[in-house]
Amino acid sequence: MTKEMNLEDRFQDYVDGENKVEPKHWMPEKYRKTLIRQISQHAHSEVVGMLPEANWITRAPSLRRKIALLAKVQDEAGHGLYLYSAAETLGADRQDLVADLLSGKAKYSSIFNYPTPTWADMGAIGWLVDGAAIANQVMLCRTSYGPYARAMVRICKEESFHQRQGYEITMTLAKGTPAQKKLAQDALNRWWWPSIMMFGPSDDNSPNSAQSMKWKIKRKSNDELRQEFIDKTVPQAEYLGLTIPDPDLKWNEETGHYNYGEINWEEFYNVIKGNGKCNKQRLEARNKAHDEGAWVREAANAYAEKQADRKKNETHAA
Amino acid sequence: MSTKDNWKIWEIFIRSRNGLSHKHVGSLHAPDAEMAIKNARDVYTRRSEGISIWVIPSDAVTASSPDESEPLFTPADDKVYRHPTFYEIPDEIGHM
Repeated sequence: MTKEMNLEDRFQDYVDGENKVEPKHWMPEKYRKTLIRQISQHAHSEVVGMLPEANWITRAPSLRRKIALLAKVQDEAGHGLYLYSAAETLGADRQDLVADLLSGKAKYSSIFNYPTPTWADMGAIGWLVDGAAIANQVMLCRTSYGPYARAMVRICKEESFHQRQGYEITMTLAKGTPAQKKLAQDALNRWWWPSIMMFGPSDDNSPNSAQSMKWKIKRKSNDELRQEFIDKTVPQAEYLGLTIPDPDLKWNEETGHYNYGEINWEEFYNVIKGNGKCNKQRLEARNKAHDEGAWVREAANAYAEKQADRKKNETHAA
Repeated sequence: MSTKDNWKIWEIFIRSRNGLSHKHVGSLHAPDAEMAIKNARDVYTRRSEGISIWVIPSDAVTASSPDESEPLFTPADDKVYRHPTFYEIPDEIGHM
């Protein structure tokens, strides 16, 4: 017991000294579990995050938009893979993680349970959803677990194109015909609140946050990150001549930040519970893709086995 | 759902255009080395990060233990005479 305590104290000292924890280091079991849960949820979010945008690839309004969207969705698949790899360094099995996603046991970011009925949603997702994700991910570049931090550095480098292409789409619509501007405003209306909910519950309702901050898995609180995102995004909306759908949004001279209205947490928890507009659709799409890809995995295995056998026989013959 | 497959984990090393050594960039799953290279190309070189890829099965890597890092690495710490700045060369000589 005391020895365990000593190890935990030593671990805390190590983390407090801004040292990175690596896969072979001793770590508290709860640190490992927290990270596996967080990293795998993050990976699932990248994978499910492909779906709302894939919806528009074939209907993108120009070739320029289409190749950009295709590249963005491909990046998201890549980001999912970096993150699954990071989770594996903690002893998690990728197939178990994927199985948990497909069965509905594992969570992913609720934002992807909202529908994308118009092209303007591609703009809003890139600008707002990726913008919010970037705020979180920039912080995670300094997370205490080495493989997670390194995956984040790669992801952040690639992610900034995502946000820029989203803003460009929104800008083109906002500066277009009245009907186009209306589309952009409608998308902002629908994505604003879900985007600022992405940072999670307020600090006083986020029970796991304190421990994660202590272990330096998280470096900033949910509310801090949310404020950062709002402060950055309001001027971007103003530049476009679009209105953020929050009547309480107001610059506060004293704090140097924007005040914002009450967040509808009931909606947030309702979507987490599975009652969002697209929860069912997203899981069905993932399961369908997984099932329909089974023959590819089987063929790859059969080929690998055949090649291995052939090599063995060649060595025997020689 | 498919049963557990036998895809190994591979460690991926990429050499960038600037001619430096192959550098570890991450890992991925693949059924064999050939597929690992194909996957690595899509996962790790989407933005022209490399001109050469090495793939090595993860279980073929033997790593030093973090518990031994002190005896392994501290002996080098007090050997400043291994660095060029330890030696005094007059300014008149210029860069050496």
